[in-house]
Amino acid sequence: MTAPRPMLEIRNLHARLADGREILRGINLTVNAGEVHAIMGPNGSGKSTLAAVLTGREGYEISAGTVTYLDRSLLAMPADERAREGLFLAFQYPVEIPGVNNMYFLRAAINAQRRHRGEPELDAGQFLRAVRAKLKLLDIGEDLLQRAVNVGFSGGEKKRNEIFQMAMLEPRLAILDETDSGLDIDALRVVARGVNEQRAPDRAIVMITHYQRLLGYVEPDHVHVLQDGQIVESGDKDLAVELERRGYGAVGDAA
Amino acid sequence: MTASTDTLRTVRSLSQEGYKYGFVTDIEADEAPPGLSEETIRFISAKKEEPDWLLNWRIDAFRAWQKMTQPNWAKLHLTPIDYQAATYYSAPKQTAGPKSLDEVDPELLRTYEKLGIPLREREALAGVAVDAVFDSISVATTFKEELAKLGIIFCSMGEAVREHPDLVRRYLGTVVPQNDNFFAALNSAVFSDGSFAYIPPGIRCPMELSTYFRINAAKSGQFERTLLIADAGSYVSYLEGCTAPQRDENQLHAAVVELIAHEDAQIKYSTVQNWYPGDAEGRGGIYNFVTKRGTCRGTRAKISWTQVETGSAITWKYPSCVLEGDHSVGEFYSVAITNNRQQADTGTKMIHIGKDTRSTIVAKGISAGRGQNTYRGLVRVQPRAQDARNHTQCDSLLIGDRCGAHTVPYIEVRNPSARVEHEATTSKISDDQLFYCRQRGLSAEDAVSLIVNGFCKEVLKELPMEFAVEAQKLLAVSLEGSVG
Repeated sequence: MTAPRPMLEIRNLHARLADGREILRGINLTVNAGEVHAIMGPNGSGKSTLAAVLTGREGYEISAGTVTYLDRSLLAMPADERAREGLFLAFQYPVEIPGVNNMYFLRAAINAQRRHRGEPELDAGQFLRAVRAKLKLLDIGEDLLQRAVNVGFSGGEKKRNEIFQMAMLEPRLAILDETDSGLDIDALRVVARGVNEQRAPDRAIVMITHYQRLLGYVEPDHVHVLQDGQIVESGDKDLAVELERRGYGAVGDAA
Repeated sequence: MTASTDTLRTVRSLSQEGYKYGFVTDIEADEAPPGLSEETIRFISAKKEEPDWLLNWRIDAFRAWQKMTQPNWAKLHLTPIDYQAATYYSAPKQTAGPKSLDEVDPELLRTYEKLGIPLREREALAGVAVDAVFDSISVATTFKEELAKLGIIFCSMGEAVREHPDLVRRYLGTVVPQNDNFFAALNSAVFSDGSFAYIPPGIRCPMELSTYFRINAAKSGQFERTLLIADAGSYVSYLEGCTAPQRDENQLHAAVVELIAHEDAQIKYSTVQNWYPGDAEGRGGIYNFVTKRGTCRGTRAKISWTQVETGSAITWKYPSCVLEGDHSVGEFYSVAITNNRQQADTGTKMIHIGKDTRSTIVAKGISAGRGQNTYRGLVRVQPRAQDARNHTQCDSLLIGDRCGAHTVPYIEVRNPSARVEHEATTSKISDDQLFYCRQRGLSAEDAVSLIVNGFCKEVLKELPMEFAVEAQKLLAVSLEGSVG
């Protein structure tokens, strides 16, 4: 059996802020279809910057390195094209858009992606059927869909809504940025169930997290430790447990 | 390069579609010589074969105007207007007073088709009766016979003066007097046409009445006058749309609209104003100085103004409600967009006179480019207006860092039982919002349009269904090239 081509291949990625501060200092990471990766690390290690750079957020300069996604240069694509090519980010802080109905927003997003793939747009009926099928999964009431995007949502509702959007958009590669932060234990279980349901052979998931908490519910195939903008240690799920025990302070010494 | 630069580039590349109504119709016109004098007024009045009372009414207005000066209290910068250089009457030459659409110059019908307003009834917009005003005169009115069966009068102002002189004489100038203000006085002196509608008691007008204003001739002003009367217990929804060719010089538009709602009558008046806004450097564009006012004469009467103002170099208008009748209601819903060098100073006046009168103001201002957007509004509660209520909400949205938003509310309360509330917010389209939308696959321009439409939602939902979609598209077009 030949090795599958990687879905995402990051080589020597360096990125800095406009003020010149280098945040990513030579990241190397390979993610294959079907895999779940966890990227852990202390505050300020560059976790969220990595998510931002991969999804095309403004404000960073890529000073070196390459990122190949589905055989294309990811960094050459504008942010919206990356999304239409199946790259999804579950935001740490989902953004409020007053006056824009949650359903309307989601349908606009789905249809933008379908147009990109040359597929016909979903009409209101088809869309509603697809929505209902996924709502239960995340314990979301239909009223949430009629409200403006993230406006007045509780912290837990925002995070569930992110994973609901992921379930509707069916991305190839999903990056979950601190999805567990601010969730109580019940909400964490619901979100974890939503993520687990979406594990699939043709989909990869990268979870960015500070704590091991979520990993107790969504078991990663690979765990990486990010420190000072570099991956200093990689292992299997046991690494996360070990990190929890010994803290980030000792990481890297063994690498 | 950052994604933001990238966004800018994408948006800019799409932006130069520009103003798609900027074409000129090549048609022979019957014009008054430029300049303004009693002679000009007599010329216009004679052209329209008006009765003496109306000529005298105009002359009175002109004399009042001569003693007035152009107001300068609005937050607007404009080049001085040479009132003697403008042409005050320009009419497409055609056989006098076309009796049917078959007699209307085909060039005119084509113009309106190009604007998306087919006038031939078999092709006309379903459920919308249109009065088409081209430069100074009304060229066609659709669905007249059908409306007449219900006793509804819908025709040009010129025709109303001829066919229904008593109604015109009884109501003209009763809401906006000839000497109300500089621009209203000018309009009263030289108005050439406009729309007239009368809805008889108890009748619910079965279709939208609509006027479509088009300025075509160079150097001409447009001074139309609209008079709308809803008799007791009747209902009418009225819509006006406006466009003009792209020209380098500024053109003057000074209209007057008067609404009268009797007991239990309701008037819903919607405007989608898309006059030529001038180019990106602020050359050309329409100077839009408009006086719009409605009076709720009877108890429980209701007047609702909805406006979407995207065009014009300068917009100066304050559609107002005089709430005379007890329990009467006034509403004002507004979206005003200023992009490039556009300036808008717009708002409303709610004058509470009767008991238990209520008013609602929702004003959304969007500034982009170097646009300046001012909300100016007056809420006045008179001594007799026991238990009057007003709620005002003013929201400003800024796109980029070279534009301005200003809010100037005036509140005068002379009855202690009144409750007057004013809320105001200012926000920017944030990079976070744009990125969130783009991360879900929306292009930058779709993202801006989505966010702006969300911002304007409370106002857009007040528009008649058929026009809400048009207005949404117009918002997107008006803001093209505005990110950054």
